[in-house]
Amino acid sequence: MTVETPKEAWTGTVREVTLGATADQGGTRSRTLTVGAESTLPFLHFEASIPNPPALALEIRDRKPDDWSPLLYEAWGDVMDDPAAWAKAAEEAGADLVYLVLSLTTSDGSPNTVENVRAVVRKVLDATGLPLAVIGAGQAEVDNELLVAAAEEGKGERLLLGLCEEKNYRTIVATAMANEHLVQSRTPMDVNLAKQLVILINDMGMPLERIVMDPTTGALGYGIEYGYSVMERLRLAALQGDKMTQQPMIVTPGEECWKVKEAKVGEGVPETWGDWEPRAIAWEGITAAALLHSGANVVVLRHPENMRRTRSMIDELMSSKAAG
Amino acid sequence: MALTGLEIYKLLPQTNCKDCNFPTCLAFAMKLAAKQAELKDCPHVSEEAKEKLESAAAPPIRLVELHGGNGKVQVGNETVLFRHEKTFYNMPGIFWRLGDDESVDELKSKAKRADAYQADYVGIDLKLDGFAIEAKSDPAAFASAIEAVRSVSQKPLILLASTPELAKAGVEACGDTRPLLYYADKDNWQEMAEIAKEAGIPLALRGATLEELAELTKSIQEAGVEDLILDPGLSGHLESLQQLTTLRRLSIKKSFRPLGYPVITFPGRDESSNEMLLAAGHIAKYAGFIVLENVDPSVLYPLLVLRQNIYTDPQKPIQVQPALYEINSPDGDAPLMVTTNFSITYFSVANEVEGSGWPAWLMVADAEGMSVLTAWAAGKFDAERIAKAVKACGAEEKLNHKKLIIPGHVAVLSGELEEELPGWEIMVGPREAVEIAGYLKAMWQK
Ligand code: SF4
Repeated sequence: MTVETPKEAWTGTVREVTLGATADQGGTRSRTLTVGAESTLPFLHFEASIPNPPALALEIRDRKPDDWSPLLYEAWGDVMDDPAAWAKAAEEAGADLVYLVLSLTTSDGSPNTVENVRAVVRKVLDATGLPLAVIGAGQAEVDNELLVAAAEEGKGERLLLGLCEEKNYRTIVATAMANEHLVQSRTPMDVNLAKQLVILINDMGMPLERIVMDPTTGALGYGIEYGYSVMERLRLAALQGDKMTQQPMIVTPGEECWKVKEAKVGEGVPETWGDWEPRAIAWEGITAAALLHSGANVVVLRHPENMRRTRSMIDELMSSKAAG
Repeated sequence: MALTGLEIYKLLPQTNCKDCNFPTCLAFAMKLAAKQAELKDCPHVSEEAKEKLESAAAPPIRLVELHGGNGKVQVGNETVLFRHEKTFYNMPGIFWRLGDDESVDELKSKAKRADAYQADYVGIDLKLDGFAIEAKSDPAAFASAIEAVRSVSQKPLILLASTPELAKAGVEACGDTRPLLYYADKDNWQEMAEIAKEAGIPLALRGATLEELAELTKSIQEAGVEDLILDPGLSGHLESLQQLTTLRRLSIKKSFRPLGYPVITFPGRDESSNEMLLAAGHIAKYAGFIVLENVDPSVLYPLLVLRQNIYTDPQKPIQVQPALYEINSPDGDAPLMVTTNFSITYFSVANEVEGSGWPAWLMVADAEGMSVLTAWAAGKFDAERIAKAVKACGAEEKLNHKKLIIPGHVAVLSGELEEELPGWEIMVGPREAVEIAGYLKAMWQK
């Protein structure tokens, strides 16, 4: 009996996007990061080409965060006091991208400043040759001020700037265009909203080759299935030829998972959850694994152990011993 | 795939002889399509047509059930490739592998502990489904291992037995339960099929290729065993994803019967992959049974939660039990907030409050599983319902104050609420959950 392997004839391709610029390209990065360009669902090499593996980013902060899980302080140690050292450690841990998130305040509690952000971006760019993302603290007015400073400081580096959201994207997109950067467009778990924001950003003149789409993920146990299905639907639409859904997708399971109880805390939780550290790492790792299966092109993590585990999973999934 | 009345009509004799008690073949065909008549009522239908009609009526992936002394697990019967297309129906059974080379006492204590494992996830009990017992030496050892496990657990079993002798001993030790017998291959299938047939239990088949498996399912079906499980011998992430996807597509899109069965996987067999992440992949993409080496709660709990999430019906989101929830051990002076019982709404609020470190009371009102704005628009989250919830949840006895914080999106309700809840002060909270910490800091005086 012969068994044929059913193959879908997809008509669309995910857009290829490159982050970071080397000296030749007007930046100072020692390498660039290219994601997207696949013409099939995740890892179905037998069906069509998947030229670029999904990328892994590690989140760092412009200063030591106040409210991270003790397990993360333990994992990173002293480097968290210095963004440059932290960026370097992230590079050593195997990241493809350093994902720098700014804080509302500096360590002494006073509001973050444009000068501080410039200095941090400069230090981080000097400390690592990896492409860099610079993400605001999450308050529109503050973000717009700080991200413009970051964009100017990193001019020509093809940084990824974010988060562009429906309520606040114009300033970020404008500065990204003026300084040759890319943007992360985030929408709350909805296919049409994701598409719409890409259109709005593109309408401002930002080329689609410089937009990475963030459909928002929930942590395992906290709505992962919504984000998961929205990602699958976006990717299917992309492969079916819907142009405005063809952006590569970035997701942040690190941030989502490490704020939930299951990962964050070790005491006062049910015994049935098992030991804290392995469970916490599992929470982020399983969330990331599920998102890779639903089409993530860039996965932003917090724990270095998950960088190692997820990398080896991706290496397997991209290896050419393709079955079928 | 179900056939239409017209498609069925084409397969009938078209003589309108009325022996089926319908006036015409077409009328009979229409009733068949509507499942209001049975094919056997037509005495003239050809063998060929019968086969076609029967296979068209069967689900694309066969439903297979295992029974323990008490519990049961059913897998298969899936109809889609992506959960948003409809839903995934039967969660993969998660089993723990135990070897008969361990002492009876050791097996008992392990099985007892695993049997008792029960974790709560938003009001749903998460448990291990059963045990896969592996024969590693002789039939007697196998039988006593099975008896040991059965003496402490009523959960269904999978018998991992490589020879007919071991299989026989194992099946016998299972009494009147319905285990899965694993495995038959191209060399031993006749004897294994005989054992499975006699015991009336499902049989798993192992084949190196899908072709080999397809041949085997045909032969074994002809030998009289209908409930089959496939083991394509998957190893690692890539082969798992590609083969499981191919199998699911063959069943759903091509109605390819010879491989229309659930698949069993052993994510811990190949040590080069991380068992937990591989099992996560098997849950997301298409396993029927997953046999684990490691079921430490720190691994089992997140996997069971993932399974629950992926198998949630997208049309019927998980709801949270309407009740008064305590966050960060609140006392009588802690703030009281209200939200709806849509799980994601509840979680985002509970998470932010929890993360903020504020002790607080979170009252979940029954809004039929809708988010705040949707529920409000649909009239499921109005002053009357909120007031009722406040009275029913016992907040008045637990609090030293009478202040209720409502979501910013329903600020319009505050006037009405003050009427419904005399003596209460209604405070309008933020619109988005992320702003809760800042809001409490600014607005709440202890
Ligand atoms: S018994 Fe069969 S052949 Fe006769 S009318 Fe009914 S369907 Fe047609």
